[in-house]
Amino acid sequence: MTVAVETARPTATPRRGLSRTTTMWIGVLAVVLVVSAAREIADNPNLTSTGTFGVMVRTAAPIALAGLGGLFAERSGTVNIGLEGMMIMGTIFAGWWGWQLGPWVAIVGGILGGVIGGLLHALATATFGVNHIVSGFAINIIAPGVARFMAGLLFVDASGASIDGGSISNSPGISSPIGRFTLPILSGGDLFGWKSPDPLGWLEAREWFVISDVAGLLHGLTTGLTLDIILTAALFVTAGYLLWRTAFGLRLRSAGERPTAADSLGVPVIRYRYYGMVISGALAGLGGAVMVLFANRYQEGQTGGRGFLGLATLVVGNWRPAGVAFGAALFGYFQGITLRTSPEKLVLALLLVASLGLFVAALLAIIRRQWIPVFGFLILAVACGWIYLIASRPNNQFVYITPYLVTLIVVSARGQALRPPAQAGIPWRKGMQV
Amino acid sequence: MNRRILGQLLAPLLAAAVAIIVSSIALLIADESPITAFKAMWSNIDGTGAIILIVNRAVPYYVAGVAVAIGFKMNLFNIGAAGQYQLAALLAAAAGAAVSLWAPLHIAFVFVVAVVVGAAYAAIAGILKVWRGVNEVISTIMLNYIAIGISAFLLSEPLRNDLSGNLAATRSLPNSAHLPALDRLFSAIGFHLPGGVSLDGFLPFAILIGIGYWLLLNRSRFGFNLRVSGANPAAARTAGVNPKRMILITITLSGAIAGMIGLGPLLTEEFNYGDQFPKSLGFTGIAIALLGRNHPVGVAAAAVVWATIERATQPLSTIGIPQEIGVILQGSFLLAAVIAYEVVKRWSDAAEARAAAGRTPDVPMAETAIAETGVATT
Repeated sequence: MTVAVETARPTATPRRGLSRTTTMWIGVLAVVLVVSAAREIADNPNLTSTGTFGVMVRTAAPIALAGLGGLFAERSGTVNIGLEGMMIMGTIFAGWWGWQLGPWVAIVGGILGGVIGGLLHALATATFGVNHIVSGFAINIIAPGVARFMAGLLFVDASGASIDGGSISNSPGISSPIGRFTLPILSGGDLFGWKSPDPLGWLEAREWFVISDVAGLLHGLTTGLTLDIILTAALFVTAGYLLWRTAFGLRLRSAGERPTAADSLGVPVIRYRYYGMVISGALAGLGGAVMVLFANRYQEGQTGGRGFLGLATLVVGNWRPAGVAFGAALFGYFQGITLRTSPEKLVLALLLVASLGLFVAALLAIIRRQWIPVFGFLILAVACGWIYLIASRPNNQFVYITPYLVTLIVVSARGQALRPPAQAGIPWRKGMQV
Repeated sequence: MNRRILGQLLAPLLAAAVAIIVSSIALLIADESPITAFKAMWSNIDGTGAIILIVNRAVPYYVAGVAVAIGFKMNLFNIGAAGQYQLAALLAAAAGAAVSLWAPLHIAFVFVVAVVVGAAYAAIAGILKVWRGVNEVISTIMLNYIAIGISAFLLSEPLRNDLSGNLAATRSLPNSAHLPALDRLFSAIGFHLPGGVSLDGFLPFAILIGIGYWLLLNRSRFGFNLRVSGANPAAARTAGVNPKRMILITITLSGAIAGMIGLGPLLTEEFNYGDQFPKSLGFTGIAIALLGRNHPVGVAAAAVVWATIERATQPLSTIGIPQEIGVILQGSFLLAAVIAYEVVKRWSDAAEARAAAGRTPDVPMAETAIAETGVATT
């Protein structure tokens, strides 16, 4: 009997050849080689410069926090399309409290603002069983209105005059900036008042193939980081530990995977869905606060769809913290190179990266004997290379759409391999047979 | 049945009460008297002129609401109406300005371009969902941003009218592609509109779209399949409805209607697509569809309510009351409404279950099962 059950269960197909980790490292190596080669050929050091990666980190942090917020929500069984609204709530509270009480209180304010949004969403979905997309969208529609209403009350006085330079669309500046940190010894940070050497910076400046590119990446990741970004990184590690190594995490995930089974084992599913949404709102609000700290004030429309991007990183990252961080970094990287180089050079370099990358993908597909993708990759690679050769006046807008296009392609290509939490987005009530 | 209709009416009323309470609290926090504010709002929407302006504003909202609703009807969340209509309006404006035709033909031509572009752009999300299993929420969000990028590119040079000007816009449509206001029609039947206002010429088209939507849903086999697929996908599949085909057709249809969202503003007001063209109609459409429960008439009511709130609150700042109270009203009404619909649905489901239980003989479940199988004594 037991044997029959065992054999009937679809077991994981044994992998031929390389292990998953090896494949991943080969992929990483391929990306580094492609980007390095593109930097050499296109003669554009900003493709892998400290500055580019610095912008990447700054841009990626709010997106990553939104994505992590989405992760906690969906792992606990709630689809949170209201991340954008919760970020907006975070920005207005962070701008308000930061202006009054400084940067660290801004972070607390941002978290509080997001939690308000998260609780509203939890109330609608977990308690009242409203469709998750519907409720999330309602929050996205409310939040900008609330923010503008609050801004009108807080930053403008009764006669309509500005308070401390604030207006209905922006808060007064935050009283002091948040601290910065540079890694000593490797990236030239201060160590007890001693200015340490900067070997990574030196390596980067040599423009050696691959070595300088990797140095640029590491230098960018360890130079001039604001403390809120370090907090973000710490939260990612904590989240991974919390979700997969603690009883709390197991219960939270069980509420998203098999709520009825969890309920039968005594897990209070609805309460855990509330926990998930509170954490989700807090992280999204913190993402808003990070943006406020960077701009040094609340600005209307500051989030600019980053909540939705966070949702995209969740899908690209297969509902895992590391994947979310990677997806956010990808978005941040494109933002970084857009800001750091002239559009003409940049588009050319990107097309080259795409072309080379697609050739590598085609090669990998040949090794795996998957002939249909080979043709697809080859055609695209030739197309990109061809455009690279003839393009004389490319436009910045193509850089703008690149991350969205990449997400769409990644999601389409990996669609079958992605595995969202089984019951995410399905309203659950005690006694339901799911 | 009566109970259902009662519930349908009760939910919006409940939501309106919540919205009024929430916004009153917001007004009190802002140190304004809610009574003064609501009186001022009423005076802003009192009168024929105001009603016509509300209807004009509601017209594009309605089209947007229907476009989104048709997807919602089978649980397809076409968040992409925003991108679909912007791209459609841009290309329709450019194509319409490039030709000169006899007026009705010219307008028809602009319509066709807009519908085809909207449908084609939405079809991308449909194909990705059917072929690669990509969730349409994610793909349409991405496609929205891609559409914004493409529009910005097209407006930056290829389709731009005046490269030196500050505002980017396409060439303006010639007179033959202008949709006339309905005032003359009204004058002909002896009804004169108050001075300074005119009824949107797109209104008849919006009504036609609504009737078409109703006929499609309730009088066609496709509409039946659509509703079944939304209510019970497993049952639909068992009954031989091809789910992939349904998804592809529905999302394309949704995109086709979304393509027409921008035609109202384009043909009656703006006459070109540029920086000043309204860009937020897609999101508003989602709110309207949710409020109107995807019903052809409900969506119309929701569009009118939405427009009424805007019309009532926008002039408030002239008397020192923050006009943002309008967005608070809209938002709290929307959230309260979606919760109220759910609560009322549960309430009427439970009542129906009780009624059904009352009709059947009162035998405990286990005993019935034993009696039927006859294995009680073994």
